Amino acid sequence: MKSKGECLAYVSLKNLGIELGGQKIIDQLDLDVEEGEFLVLLGPSGCGKSTLLHSIAGLIDIAAGSIEIAGTDVSHAEPSDRQIGMVFQSYALYPTMTVEKNMSFGLRINGVPKAEIQKRIARVAEMLQLQNLLQRKPAQLSGGQRQRVAIGRALVREARVFLFDEPLSNLDAKLRTELRRELKLLHQNLGSTMLYVTHDQVEAMTLASRIVVMRAGKIQQLGTPTEVYERPANLFVAGFLGAPAMNFIPGKLDTVQNFSSEYLKLALPAYVCATESAHADDVVLGIRPEHLQIQEHGTYSGQLALVEPMGNHQLLWLNMGKQQLCLLDHDNRNFVLGDAVHFDIDTARASLFDAVSGLRL
Amino acid sequence: MQAKSHGATSKARLHLKFIPHAALLPMSLTVVFGYLATVLWTLKISLSSSRTLPVDNFVGLAQYERLFDNERWLLSLNNLALYGVLFIIACVVIGFLLAVFIDQNVTGEGVLRTIFLYPYAMSFVATGLVWQWMLTPGIGIQQGIRQLGFKDFQFDWIIDQDMVIYTVVIATVWQASGLVMAMLLAGLRGIDEDIWKAARMDGIPAWRVYLSIIIPMLAPNFATVFLLLATAVVKLFDAVEAMTQGGPGTASEVPAKFIMDHLFGRANLALASAGAIMMLLPVLALLVPYAYARARKGKA
Amino acid sequence: MLKTRRKWTPARLGIYAFLLTAAAFFLLPLYIMLVTSFKSMDEIRLGNIFALPMHITMEPWRQAWSTACTGVACEGISGGFWNSVAITLPSTVLAIFLGALNGYALTFWRPRGAQILLGILLAGAFIPVQVMMFPLVRVLATLNIFSTLPGIVVVHVIFGMPIMTLLFRNYYLGIPQELFHAARIDGGGFFRIFVQLMLPMSLPMIVVAAIMQVTGVWNDYILGLVFAGREHLPMTAQLNNVINTTTGTRMYNVNMAATILTALLPLAIYFISGRWFVRGIAAGAVKG
Repeated sequence: MKSKGECLAYVSLKNLGIELGGQKIIDQLDLDVEEGEFLVLLGPSGCGKSTLLHSIAGLIDIAAGSIEIAGTDVSHAEPSDRQIGMVFQSYALYPTMTVEKNMSFGLRINGVPKAEIQKRIARVAEMLQLQNLLQRKPAQLSGGQRQRVAIGRALVREARVFLFDEPLSNLDAKLRTELRRELKLLHQNLGSTMLYVTHDQVEAMTLASRIVVMRAGKIQQLGTPTEVYERPANLFVAGFLGAPAMNFIPGKLDTVQNFSSEYLKLALPAYVCATESAHADDVVLGIRPEHLQIQEHGTYSGQLALVEPMGNHQLLWLNMGKQQLCLLDHDNRNFVLGDAVHFDIDTARASLFDAVSGLRL
Repeated sequence: MQAKSHGATSKARLHLKFIPHAALLPMSLTVVFGYLATVLWTLKISLSSSRTLPVDNFVGLAQYERLFDNERWLLSLNNLALYGVLFIIACVVIGFLLAVFIDQNVTGEGVLRTIFLYPYAMSFVATGLVWQWMLTPGIGIQQGIRQLGFKDFQFDWIIDQDMVIYTVVIATVWQASGLVMAMLLAGLRGIDEDIWKAARMDGIPAWRVYLSIIIPMLAPNFATVFLLLATAVVKLFDAVEAMTQGGPGTASEVPAKFIMDHLFGRANLALASAGAIMMLLPVLALLVPYAYARARKGKA
Repeated sequence: MLKTRRKWTPARLGIYAFLLTAAAFFLLPLYIMLVTSFKSMDEIRLGNIFALPMHITMEPWRQAWSTACTGVACEGISGGFWNSVAITLPSTVLAIFLGALNGYALTFWRPRGAQILLGILLAGAFIPVQVMMFPLVRVLATLNIFSTLPGIVVVHVIFGMPIMTLLFRNYYLGIPQELFHAARIDGGGFFRIFVQLMLPMSLPMIVVAAIMQVTGVWNDYILGLVFAGREHLPMTAQLNNVINTTTGTRMYNVNMAATILTALLPLAIYFISGRWFVRGIAAGAVKG
């Protein structure tokens, strides 16, 4: 099916089911990936994102449903026949071969003529700036160079879709941000379709054109980073994205959309409910720390319990009775523990969730 | 703990520096007297004309010349060379194949590993004796197969001068392949799983992955295996003594046995010592490059 | 490798075929050993080495243990058994203690020149014993312990030291130095730290080392033959005498029973402690 009336989905998963060791990891999953997009599968460990990626690659068999890549059904095709490339956490470059051999090995085995191989390697080497590294072995390359060789290995096979399995997880923070940037630039230059798995929501936000948030084998939300961040579909997504995490305040919502909890009352007349909820009684109000603004004569106040300085901003942890709230202060104001801090709430940015189902109202 | 006074501390520190050296005294004594001095002493004897008792003279390389004029010695070298090549190749190939096949997620892997490795727990003597019995022409395997219907089955290698060395190969390969398997299996298990996945993405068939990617990656493991097997070849004694006693005649003579016979039975110390030094040389020839390669890898 | 469903391809059948054939090859001698040892000589003379015994008899075992002729005396191989026990126990305890001590001193105290010492020791492990044999005989004779029990124990400790030291040194390399520093700060001296901290922590490696040393010493033939003397001849040497130095007819069933008896201890250790045995190989040989 066409998605949003735009281009035909490039990678299409329909009713996908995956079983490992007798357990259903993924059940009845549908997903359409658009051509050229950078889709990130985001979720905590064990949510099935890696399993999903491996099944798209063909490394794991699917129990039900179908996988289509560029219009061809590849549900039971061998990985090498799916026109995809995969970059692993360890990059998995063949350690005893040079960069050039690493990239050409698969082609040679499958009978591609030498001239063609040379041509492709030259082209890819130029694209990824690997020309001077062709005769080096992986041990002599930096992290960024290895990443490029791993991508190059897939490019020479004229892969249409690139799969990334948490390639930055094992790196230290500095290298991680550096390679993340390289990857984003690469995507901008190549324009290929990329599927990327990570548990790091910062990575997801910076790299993705769309994010798929997963939990326990089910898709929680599919949307652009902005959508997922500003209008999370349920409590899980709301809590997973954003650091520091969103503040959750349980309370009740009456028929004219006044939110009230033990310590906080808020009117939300402009809030558009997605569905007509039968019981709008028990709800959870979600508001991000940066949307609580410190005002000297603010409507609400809490007692300052803890300050976490972060350099260019600081986090203030307030107690309103038994309710704890986190505020982001960009101005690094001076406070004394125990002070009453006054603040206002930007109601336009608030989210409401059904306390029972967790879904966004 | 009470704080010690300054004077006592420096004395204690001196004491402390001395104690580790003292503790390593057994090791130092062993190295110097057990290994170094003995080797040098044997070298000295090999340059003398000692027979039953050591004689303190110097005859240059005369004993070595006599050694290489000795038919039995030359035969033992010949046997050992033939044995060594077959033994090492067979052990490495069988051990590697066993390791690869066991690594394929087979059921009963634990049981299989136990079966392949138990021969290594047996002494060389026991191994030699069992195989000697099994290969006894009249009532051993030859007869057993004949009784199963193959009336003309022939397997009397152990009494055949030309074939006896192969029986020793079979027995010792039976014993040592499991060890090679264990060592190479450990190596295989240490290979990054993602390499397999990447190869599958590249469309590379499994046998090609083993040949072009895995085996080169296991080069250090193979080197260690080779070193252990090669030194075992040089030391070959127990199995031959038990299985064939060097026979029939001297057909399965090996250098270690030659040396032992001349050291004790035939009372020719100098000749035996010369032979021992000759045994030492190939071991050193293997150790030095091996140690050098390891040291270089450590620095790289 | 990622495996989901196991498909019965010809390749998979081939793998099992190879493994089962190999298993048969490896098990054959054990089977034949056992089967032979329970047969009477009449049955053996029938010549079917593969057949199970028609009448199981324990007579060969009795003879092997109590009446087989080991060259001079005809008192069975039981004497050899106890000799081997007497040799193996002290050799193992001493070798392990020294190995642990050496490993400990080398790893944590690193006295000068110790690395070179270790290098020579390890190289020594590869040298054929014949190179050192005669000088050792002379040294032991001078110390009046040639052909005695202490003599053979000393020899086994000397030749076991390289691998024991290597095992413990590698093991201690895996222990964080901070532990050692903390003990020093607490006021521990060389031996106190060794006995009260390191040795108790070394239990896994002590098990592995014990397995390797017991197996090595029990299975040794040549050192026992030369250094132990007739009164303390280990089981392996007596076994060889029983089988290869008999006059008259060979009692194959007794021979096999004697062989099993000799191999019993290391085999039992192996079958009981399988995983530890493999750890020994990995710890010592691979890092060699």
